[in-house]
Amino acid sequence: MTVPVPADSSSTDKQIRVLQLYPRDMNIYGDYGNALVLMRRIQWYGYTPVMLSYNPGDEFPADPDILIGGGGQDSGQDRIQQDLLGIGDRLRALAEQDTPMLMICGLYQLFGHFFETRDGSRISGIGVLDVETYGTDNRLIGNLVAESSDFGQIIGYENHSGQTYLGPTVTPLAKVVVGEGNNQRDPHEGARYRNVLGSYLHGALLPKNPAIADFLISNAVQQKFAQELPALDAPQSAPASLQELTEHAREAAAARPR
Amino acid sequence: MIRLRPPRPATIALGKAARALTRLRGGSGSAFPGLVVERLDPGFLADVLAQLPRGVVVVTGTNGKTTTTKMVVELLRGQGLRVFTNRSGSNFTRGVVASMLGEIGPTGKLNADIAVLELDEAHAVHFVRAVNPQFSLLLNVMRDQLDRFGEIDTTARLLRTIAEHTTEGVVLNREDSRVAAIADSLGTQQVRYFGLAPELRSHFPSDDDLHGAGAAAEGVQPEADVLLTGLGTQQGTFRMGTEEITSDLTVNGAYNIYNAAAALALVRLVLGEATDRDALLGSLRRASPAFGRGESLTVGGQPLDLILVKNPSGFRLGLTSFSADGVATMIAINDNYADGRDMSWLWDVGFDSLVQQGVAMVSGVRTYDMALRLSYDGVSIAAHEPDLGKALDDFLSAHPDVPKRIFCTYTAMLALRKRLGTYTEVEAFN
Repeated sequence: MTVPVPADSSSTDKQIRVLQLYPRDMNIYGDYGNALVLMRRIQWYGYTPVMLSYNPGDEFPADPDILIGGGGQDSGQDRIQQDLLGIGDRLRALAEQDTPMLMICGLYQLFGHFFETRDGSRISGIGVLDVETYGTDNRLIGNLVAESSDFGQIIGYENHSGQTYLGPTVTPLAKVVVGEGNNQRDPHEGARYRNVLGSYLHGALLPKNPAIADFLISNAVQQKFAQELPALDAPQSAPASLQELTEHAREAAAARPR
Repeated sequence: MIRLRPPRPATIALGKAARALTRLRGGSGSAFPGLVVERLDPGFLADVLAQLPRGVVVVTGTNGKTTTTKMVVELLRGQGLRVFTNRSGSNFTRGVVASMLGEIGPTGKLNADIAVLELDEAHAVHFVRAVNPQFSLLLNVMRDQLDRFGEIDTTARLLRTIAEHTTEGVVLNREDSRVAAIADSLGTQQVRYFGLAPELRSHFPSDDDLHGAGAAAEGVQPEADVLLTGLGTQQGTFRMGTEEITSDLTVNGAYNIYNAAAALALVRLVLGEATDRDALLGSLRRASPAFGRGESLTVGGQPLDLILVKNPSGFRLGLTSFSADGVATMIAINDNYADGRDMSWLWDVGFDSLVQQGVAMVSGVRTYDMALRLSYDGVSIAAHEPDLGKALDDFLSAHPDVPKRIFCTYTAMLALRKRLGTYTEVEAFN
């Protein structure tokens, strides 16, 4: 699987650097799609995408413009947890500088204060997001539709047994219409602090929710170049346009049973 | 938990009646008659299987169960054994019971020497708790239907439980680190492996390789009883013990040929010294893939291949096993329970190999998820049509003069095969 590299990638003037956190261990089930969608759309907005990866023990790349991370199995989370604590200060500083980030599922949990397992032991997170997560015997699985004041309708697929509760300094990403979201008690899905988004949604999330992809990209472009995003110049690859394909995919997913 | 008494004739009669009723109503379903029997006599399955002189063999794993089971059955039948097996697609306990009702006599005697059962990982665990198999074959653990099992490590634990409940011998895939590790917890059972020569391993990327997790640690590997050492078009070279054999095969595609190595290892373990080598090689040559696993039909004088895809590794293997050159490609993706409800897996498959040719048709309930996936990989799409029947008609009429290939999920394949029956002869399924 190759990440698209445009012909003029040697030019650094319009680079947007996307950093994937722990792609080796935290990549379960399609979260790579988020990276691919960002790379393509950055290119279609006329910028030069650069894909960076950070795995345990690596040197932390300088000046990332967007950070993304995915979900993992329990064994993957065990492997990255100590390393994550080691780069926590750096990630907290980036968050305070309004760097856009999207953390899905397992890394959403570890961007919070802690994950408490069913036997009561606590796995520390880095506390970028004011959330805490409790392991349960109940796996929340299925299609999910939620309404977000920032991003409109959000559509995805949840699959998690940890249940997450939000503290006062984060806002919910969206209100659940179909599905469970963060937990079985309140109707919220995901969390937001400054430009850091956490969510349980796979799908992958960004292909069917380009509003979130464009939020990440436009913030990066605004901060780095003080520019507004131009219109998206996506090549027509099918009888329907990319935007129409996206709309149809959203309609089909929203109409599916839980 | 095996009770040494024959099942009650009344149970059998009622089960058969339920089966006849289901068929009469046009159903091919196996759940209802199986359910009737299980309610009436929970020990039915164990009772019937306990009478088989050579016992029970279980085949499980994420990918390749159906074709491998079919090959094992054909290899054993080639050795003169009477083999009971469950119909493909009913790989759960009730499906086994339903298959049994069709073949059992009124007194509960199965006309067979040995049972070879394909079981889905989760159902296999229930099954082995009721009936200890003599032998089991554990193929692989891949990301598949995580919406059902949660995670790969959970699935690996299911396979370990199956191995631990097996009484005589277990065959493991040496190249799948999670499966090979199961040997650690086995005590008295014989353990055999099937494996790949090092130079062939790049043909079989594992999920762990996908995002750079790297291959399993290169420790000292155990000896494989059957080693696949060469791959050709419908041809494989196998090292069995000290002997190396190159054989023409009816099955195609790298993954089916590796499944043949798995089937050979299992049969050699079951039969031991008594294996008739020439008969084994003859059966190996003739063994055909299960429906949809590289099944070839002829439509309008051109070949049409149906390739079942249900998880990232299977889809990747399907794309790398068959060249896209000069072939019209259709992709049909549904999201019913049997297909996997979550579409995330499509993003773990790379479609670069289709960039040159493009895709002629995208169809199924999740047409537009697939179309988005292809668009973000820069693959052009000539047509998209969610209705499978209409999509198939359009696809066939738009590409009359070239070979065609359809990658499809399980329920999409069932619908397409039905429609294909109006064009050509399609072997009845179940």
